[in-house]
Amino acid sequence: MSAKPFLNIDHVDKIFPLGGGKEYVALRDVKLEIAENEIISIIGHSGCGKSTLLNMIAGLDTITNGVILLEDREINAPGPERAVVFQNHSLLPWLSVYQNIEMAVKKVLGDGLSPSALKEHVAKYIEMVNLTAAQDKYPGEISGGMKQRVGIARALSIQPKVLLMDEPFGALDSLTRANLQDHLMRIQMQTGNTVVIITHDVDEAVLLSDRVIMMTNGPEATIGEILEVNLPRPRKRLELQHNPEYLRCREAIIEFLYQKFAKHDD
Amino acid sequence: MISKYVNALLMPLLLLGVVIGIWSYIALQIPGFPPPGEVWSELFVVLSDPFYNNGAGDQGIALQLGNSLARVFGGFVLAIAVGIPVGLLIGMSRSAYSAMNPYIQILKPVSPLAWLPLALFVFKDVNMTAIFVIFITSIWPIIINTALGVRSVSDDYLNVARVLQLTPFERVFQIILPVAVPFIFTGMRLSLGIAWLVIVAAEMLTGGVGIGFWIWDEYNNLNYSHIIIGIILIGVIGYILDTLMGLIADFFDYRKRGRV
Repeated sequence: MSAKPFLNIDHVDKIFPLGGGKEYVALRDVKLEIAENEIISIIGHSGCGKSTLLNMIAGLDTITNGVILLEDREINAPGPERAVVFQNHSLLPWLSVYQNIEMAVKKVLGDGLSPSALKEHVAKYIEMVNLTAAQDKYPGEISGGMKQRVGIARALSIQPKVLLMDEPFGALDSLTRANLQDHLMRIQMQTGNTVVIITHDVDEAVLLSDRVIMMTNGPEATIGEILEVNLPRPRKRLELQHNPEYLRCREAIIEFLYQKFAKHDD
Repeated sequence: MISKYVNALLMPLLLLGVVIGIWSYIALQIPGFPPPGEVWSELFVVLSDPFYNNGAGDQGIALQLGNSLARVFGGFVLAIAVGIPVGLLIGMSRSAYSAMNPYIQILKPVSPLAWLPLALFVFKDVNMTAIFVIFITSIWPIIINTALGVRSVSDDYLNVARVLQLTPFERVFQIILPVAVPFIFTGMRLSLGIAWLVIVAAEMLTGGVGIGFWIWDEYNNLNYSHIIIGIILIGVIGYILDTLMGLIADFFDYRKRGRV
């Protein structure tokens, strides 16, 4: 790791007051340094606070103790340099696919763009997720996978420093999910974004990430292990199925999740 | 296919026959009660010259209805102009909600006619009084539904607004209003219905001109068939108003474009 990490999560706690003087410690002493252009997955059982951690990076949740720094600047509010792809896509249903992206671009980059440059910019990101044919459709008229692609295009269109994805493909069927994972890897190779993905899918974590962050169970969840995935890019899903490194990573995560930190309820 | 037409056309006609039968029986029992045939022929008399104007107290049915509609729209537009901003305010601000909610809950169930003497005393003018009474009784559904619409904006949309750093002004116009508009129109539709109910009663008391006055006047003239004609016309116009509001509401409802 370099001397100055790009994104630095420095001894962060998240404590929720419960009333009556009680409190719930969701996250305890989380420290993580993320390099520029890195793809990081955070994996853990439900209730391990991984979404809370992502929301704190996004600035949507407050940090109880510690600090999160992006390029040495403290994060204390949401901002477009940390774009979020929400689990349920969060497209505005009264705007078309094009308008959803245009609205974000106008707000974040708007002042510097001429009308034709704006149009070109929006079109470029719609093209990137292969949705040009559906750009005038409303979110209610397209499939879940397409909606999530629009969500990704919207997040990328504002040219963020970090792309934060909260279980982005969790609500999709496995074929659609595989398709979107491939999309994401291809786009990340083009744009070189730094990406933080919350997931509970072992294969997704290994396939997409440079490092997999494994969270212990809550309360007082923290980072249990960090796994380096030494697979060259571009990665091909089919070729990886029997790759020893892929299998090693997979095994390590499964062991962590189902042996060391197995969850016995539900 | 055939049964669809039977249901849509034949069944109401069948029921109409039953109603006319009962009506005719009542007309036989109560001396002076107009039988259906008399009302039917009087309807043509009333509708044949709707725009005559023999001065105050004696005007055609269209002028009576026009006056009532003008008052309804006056009060209704005022209720929209005040109700939507107030609804937005109490929908977005907890403290504004806490401050106003008790008064809304207390004033909402007050009968429109209870306001009437007070309004007459203050305005000393029939039109102003009617408009005020419409305003004060039709504003509540607009306020309540607007606030409900604002509060139904999901956190996901608000998080999008936060990440994009929308200003409060942009947040209202780009996120909150589009979600709230269908709710606001539901409130407006309820309000217009109430306004149309209220105007008849208000005009009976204020007099002068208007469909409510006309019905009361025909009662005093012992012209009972006109009372029934008035009831039918009020119903038909109320239905048309409601349908129009429904169409306008659908036009502004994003959920009607594409499924969600």
